[in-house]
Amino acid sequence: MSRWRTATGGRVDRTRTLAFRFDGTRYEGLAGDTLASALLANGVHLVGRSFKYHRPRGILTAGAEEPSALVTVRRDSARVTPDLRATQLELYEGLDALSLNRWPSLERDVGRINDWLSPLFPAGFYYKTFMWPKSAWKSLYEPVIRRAAGLGVAPTEPDPDRYAQCYAHCDVLVVGAGPAGLAAALAAADQGARVLICDEQSEFGGSLLADRHATIDGGPAAAWVAHAVADLAANPRVVCLPRTTAFGYFPHNLIGLAERLTDHLAAPAPHAARERLWQVRARSVVLATGAVERPLVFPGNDRPGVMLAGAGRTYLNRYGVRVGARVVLVTATDAGYEAAIDLHDAGVEIAGIADLRTAASGELPAAARAAGIEVTASATVLGTSGNRRVAGITIAQISSAGSSAARRTLACDAVLMSGGFTPSVHLFSQSRGTLRWSDDHQAFLPDRSAERERSAGACRGVVDLAETIADGLTAGAESAPSRTATARRIVATRPRSSDGGHLGAVPLASGASQKSFVDWQHDVTIKDLAIATREGFRSIEHVKRFTTTGMATDQGKTSNLNALAIVARAIDAPIPRVGLTTFRMPYTPTTFGTFAGPSRGDLFDPVRRTPIHDWAAAAGAVFEDVGMWKRARYFPQPGEDMHAAVARECRAVRSSCGLFDASTLGKIEVVGPGAAEFLERLYVNSWANLGVGRCRYGILCREDGFITDDGVVARLAADRFHVTTTTGGAPRVLAMMEDYRQTEWPDLEVWLTSTTEAWAVIAVQGPNARDVLRGCVEGIDLEASAFPHMSVAAARICGVEGMVMRVSFTGELGYELNVPADYGLEIWKAVHAAGAAHGGITCYGTETMHVLRAEKGYIIVGQDTDGTVTPVDAGLSWAVGRKKPDFVGRRSLQRQSMQAPDRKQLVGLRARDGRTLLDEGAQVADRPNQQPPMQLIGHVTSSYESAVLGSPIALAMVAGGRARIGQTLYVPMPGGDVEVDVVSPVFYDPKGERINA
Amino acid sequence: MPEAPARHVPSLPSADWMSPLPPATRLAFQGGLAARAAAARVFPLPDAQAVCQARCDGDRAGLWLGPDECLLLAPATTGAAALLEALRSAIGTAAHSLVDVSHRQVGLEIRGPQAERILNGACPLDLSLEQFPVGRCTRTVLAKAEIVLWRTQAQHFRVEIWRSFAAYAAALLQEIARDYVV
Amino acid sequence: MLLIPCPHCGERPEIEFTYGGEAHLVRPADPSTLDDAAWADYLYMRTNTKGVHAERWRHARGCGRFFNALRDTTTDRFLATYRIGEPRPAIAAGGAR
Repeated sequence: MSRWRTATGGRVDRTRTLAFRFDGTRYEGLAGDTLASALLANGVHLVGRSFKYHRPRGILTAGAEEPSALVTVRRDSARVTPDLRATQLELYEGLDALSLNRWPSLERDVGRINDWLSPLFPAGFYYKTFMWPKSAWKSLYEPVIRRAAGLGVAPTEPDPDRYAQCYAHCDVLVVGAGPAGLAAALAAADQGARVLICDEQSEFGGSLLADRHATIDGGPAAAWVAHAVADLAANPRVVCLPRTTAFGYFPHNLIGLAERLTDHLAAPAPHAARERLWQVRARSVVLATGAVERPLVFPGNDRPGVMLAGAGRTYLNRYGVRVGARVVLVTATDAGYEAAIDLHDAGVEIAGIADLRTAASGELPAAARAAGIEVTASATVLGTSGNRRVAGITIAQISSAGSSAARRTLACDAVLMSGGFTPSVHLFSQSRGTLRWSDDHQAFLPDRSAERERSAGACRGVVDLAETIADGLTAGAESAPSRTATARRIVATRPRSSDGGHLGAVPLASGASQKSFVDWQHDVTIKDLAIATREGFRSIEHVKRFTTTGMATDQGKTSNLNALAIVARAIDAPIPRVGLTTFRMPYTPTTFGTFAGPSRGDLFDPVRRTPIHDWAAAAGAVFEDVGMWKRARYFPQPGEDMHAAVARECRAVRSSCGLFDASTLGKIEVVGPGAAEFLERLYVNSWANLGVGRCRYGILCREDGFITDDGVVARLAADRFHVTTTTGGAPRVLAMMEDYRQTEWPDLEVWLTSTTEAWAVIAVQGPNARDVLRGCVEGIDLEASAFPHMSVAAARICGVEGMVMRVSFTGELGYELNVPADYGLEIWKAVHAAGAAHGGITCYGTETMHVLRAEKGYIIVGQDTDGTVTPVDAGLSWAVGRKKPDFVGRRSLQRQSMQAPDRKQLVGLRARDGRTLLDEGAQVADRPNQQPPMQLIGHVTSSYESAVLGSPIALAMVAGGRARIGQTLYVPMPGGDVEVDVVSPVFYDPKGERINA
Repeated sequence: MPEAPARHVPSLPSADWMSPLPPATRLAFQGGLAARAAAARVFPLPDAQAVCQARCDGDRAGLWLGPDECLLLAPATTGAAALLEALRSAIGTAAHSLVDVSHRQVGLEIRGPQAERILNGACPLDLSLEQFPVGRCTRTVLAKAEIVLWRTQAQHFRVEIWRSFAAYAAALLQEIARDYVV
Repeated sequence: MLLIPCPHCGERPEIEFTYGGEAHLVRPADPSTLDDAAWADYLYMRTNTKGVHAERWRHARGCGRFFNALRDTTTDRFLATYRIGEPRPAIAAGGAR
């Protein structure tokens, strides 16, 4: 056992030694240690280099507020987590930790030169120094600064761990399991409430885990904690979550918790989730988040070995570690005396207590004096000494005139400081509760709650143990939904240690040659704050951004109030007027994995597949993503690239027969006596005159007159329509329809049902389509005279009741078979077999579909339109019901500007060389070889090689395009302007003879 | 003319706590009070006021999904055509909409002592028995998918989900369950 | 994530809802009688209220119904929710929890 570890005491397991590594050196600690306590037990105080000046840094605290002792933990090449607080890391066998911000080593760090050059780096340095010359920022300054800046290094490999997530509900959520939180949970559970209690530490108990002096219910505090925890664990209506940080408070009592499941284990079970995100909706919340001890701001206060008094006590009482052999206390509170007494009792020499106050008369100061510890009142600190660990501290007494006297240097190997306690109001503030400044407490305390929430204990300024527990009991009981059980009583006693406190720098600090640090993590000193106020910053929000105080990963838990007090004094304003910076989530850094949870890889998004997907995959289809859907894009045969496959598929559809899976098309059944009138009001088309058994191409505009969707609508009965939408537009169209149905036209008796997935849709297209289907379809005469283009009828398809629509998105004779989805695969196979028996059938994908429809000038909403295209612009004015008094978008289309002749209109483009494939998205100009700024009159929306035409074709939106048909325009491309002829967008079979075959 | 071919439901995994349910007949009913009352004479339908309640009669169930909307579930042996016919003749002229959605979605049963926790891995509702008792049903979300969730017994839930989302939902529930069931 | 009281289903998490913009904007019975300015006003102009705002929500992944809500935009508190067609309740900010 090292000289720093006590022989007995603490909550560590002395029978279980754990080996670990820090910067490659092997050490030993005990089960129950944190990395910080284990390092201290080995006499290691130097654990990192600071952010800006690369100064040697030690361990300041024993908890989540730690600004200084940040490490990277490495389990393997992929499991590398930077910026973890050594004070929260539970030790496990084989823990491998690395310090940050040092090169080549922690002991000899080159960046240390920044500290000697520090007069060059005052606050605002980066804003002012690197502004000239402008060009140097990108090439010189930024790369260099970026290399030097930052904390830790992000892992380079994908995170191999699993992360879990869950939703939970409770009557009372208790955040924090110290004395107030435990009491609240017990009291709420007594009343039968569903309780969830969480604490960021590995075990419940909070401050009581390091308390030698408290007596609760007649026994030591630790015994009471064990009893309380057992009580809660045995209650089936209580969920206890240790190692769980409440990181965010969201509206309406939704609290985000991050539970660490495996980081404390040497060998986690394979595939065990590393962390779990809890989204807890609580009827009531009790915040028992405690308070954070404040450092004192004195010259040389960042030297390794200088730490908070409470931390020194915690390392001793909870972990059995002496933080030094000869310790000086600098304090403004009685808590400093308590630490001195505990360390003294453990055999540590106390070289002296420097008390900033003129006198201290409480129970603890008296006890310290009785133990023979020398106390200097009205003290201040003039500086510290020591290279990689504090070796001495110079203190003085402040005379009544305000100057220093009785200056003395005390040799020591640790300095403990206590500036008072800052209530942890982070979550309360996140909940939008308002804070008020309390002169009594010298702290911001919760004032008005915004949610059903209450704070209890130290986080609202209650410090006496008995009062804290009573406060917790009341909070818990009053948060329960019903109160029937008798209130529980808990008797607690403890010496009073909270009296006193100091905000801001110690006397005479500003004149000292050594730096007095306010923010350890971002290296902000009192001088930086002074510069900010000299520069004229008055609001703490501005000071924060100028100096970066409180902006590091610790968000200023130990520094904010000191910074505020220093600024307030500098500008001679009361603290509340300087303001308080906003508390933001997360309370402590939270992994991305926790937020992502299982939503990664295959589970990132649903992957929607049609009933025919597996067949297409087996046939070698290449798929593309369309929304969440996988759609077959083309079916390459051996040796074919996409170009060859698409050309073959196109020729097959034009010359014989093609087979296409159109199942993803959106489908909405519109049913009811008001169905026709509903569509009449919604779509631009007329529907009243559409006969049963007939189909019509429909266009849907938004109220602003622009096309939002299109699709074929089939009238199945007088009161029943089958509306199809684009694949991606289906949910949007249904939501828009529901909006008008429910809120504008509740007078119509009509209802909407999504049937997208009820039907598999098999498109059979091409001159041989009828021959292929003759043997597959029963109950319909497929001849053109009996079942012409745009017909629909129920039929028996390969033995299954379904629906046949004679529609075409290819310009060829075509049918779409709608069959119940479970039968889709077998019917697809049957049609494919029938095709083989009738001269061959070719499966084609979305790419071929795009080419074929472009040859016919059929638009794709979202490709050829962009949300600013009217039906007239798209050349679809024939579809607009001229005699209709109203439809959605009609009034907007009447505006003069919507009818201007120079609006962009859909046209066809063909390169004059007959070879050049235009880039989709390329601009269109009416003059060649322009220099910027160019005058551009349109853009290419679709562009393909057309197999049947033997040359490329393109669709474009061109200003006044229809009047330009016959003209020559220019498309600037990377190789130069391409001359194009403006033509009709219908490239193939303009008379539509094939479709009516 | 050919016989009806084989029927393929989406292939989904099974576990001790999860089973895909066999094909079923499903009808989407929407309509006013008159149509609802008339339909209830031939099929168990919850009252319009029975918010988020399922009404069962043997192997048939009507699930309240909205004030004028119900999901009707029956075994596949009760053909959709026959059921539609019976309902239409019962409803008569009262305005309504009935749509066969048998093939639109699939059923998944989630059961066992961990069922609640597994579902709560992706469903944001309070699924405790006191807040979500047996017989309660509702449309809700399961992570990025929309579902209908119906508690059929204390430890049995039925999830109805559109067929193309079913594989995602089942895989997600399996992933969640890894932390709760061996 | 807000907790929204659906007038049909009770309190449900925000993730089940879609937002529908300002409430009580009635589509003109005959838009062709409006001049361009009046039509643009209907189409685009919104109050952007700070305080109690009447707005539309849809319990899209629940009962599917649109409804109206009074929400205080400064606190996110829902003061009332009511069905489409019902008049706006007379409630001032801070009037309900």
